[in-house]
Amino acid sequence: MLIFYILLLFILIAAIIAVETKDLLSSVICIGAIGFGASIMFLFLRAPDIAITQIVVEVLGLIILIRATIRRDLTFISGDREFFGTVVSIVIIFTIGVAGLGLAVFQNLQDFGNPIFANVPDAASQEYISQGLAKTGAENLVASIILDFRAYDTLGETTVLFTTIIGALVILRREGRKTLEGPDQ
Amino acid sequence: MKGMTIIVKTIAGWVKILIFMFGIYVVLFGDITPGGGFAGGVILASSYILLMLAFGRESVEKNLPQALALKLLCCGVLAFAAIALSGLFFGADGFFWNYIYQEWLAGKDVEFLKAGIIPLAELAIGLAVAMSLFLVILNLSSFRSDISANEKE
Repeated sequence: MLIFYILLLFILIAAIIAVETKDLLSSVICIGAIGFGASIMFLFLRAPDIAITQIVVEVLGLIILIRATIRRDLTFISGDREFFGTVVSIVIIFTIGVAGLGLAVFQNLQDFGNPIFANVPDAASQEYISQGLAKTGAENLVASIILDFRAYDTLGETTVLFTTIIGALVILRREGRKTLEGPDQ
Repeated sequence: MKGMTIIVKTIAGWVKILIFMFGIYVVLFGDITPGGGFAGGVILASSYILLMLAFGRESVEKNLPQALALKLLCCGVLAFAAIALSGLFFGADGFFWNYIYQEWLAGKDVEFLKAGIIPLAELAIGLAVAMSLFLVILNLSSFRSDISANEKE
């Protein structure tokens, strides 16, 4: 358990630096550090699939996306960042979260590492774990769930991704912008 | 974007093929090892983004034209839907029925395509994710450079 608190502290420090720093590129790298800490946490929780996706998306994807699209002369944030406002909002959120709703919610949660479905004998997740290899033939249980038991979800996600990309390309592509910026016919 | 210095170009030239091979490995062995279509697709796209950062946008567009990337993206999504639909014709259970494993491979000791449609679907998803990320980053990059060119005029 101690390693999770250390990683959480690391993530908190990286998040505060990402909010407070003036250099946009180091801010982005701090967000990558947040994703790296979360990925290490997933590794300690024995979830390598999520760890790989986390590190690929958050570290590679985000940093490369922002590095590829950033303008070179805009890497420094102009204007002050309001340190006092950030501190006050953090204190308010913390007070409301812990003193009000947070305590009541946390008391009803299950213990860490002991999910509710582990105690229900005929839950669907129990069947996935015990029958996954026999029913799908995939050694990786995550692949057997997302592409066999829950394949409708994956089909929906792929459709959403495809629609989003097509919509973004219609706005971003050069031909569309030329017509938009040209004189009215 | 004109590209970077000779050091970056040399290192990117060495590393790009390793990243590409690792992405293909993660996609192809998604049913055995951790990873899968989405993570492998992002790795494949990031190898092209590395080339774009190091050598400039024009050389990447010469290597993988936007029209071809768009066709590959549509092929990936269509292939995934076709794999799902083909269950209707080959088995009793209909949509997304894992017929390759259930009807032919169950209980047998095979090396390739052990999990039936799962590796095929991983391939389709990997192709779709790689091409969509590549296209978005390419177009965002040209969008930004066009805006800054307009402001300078």
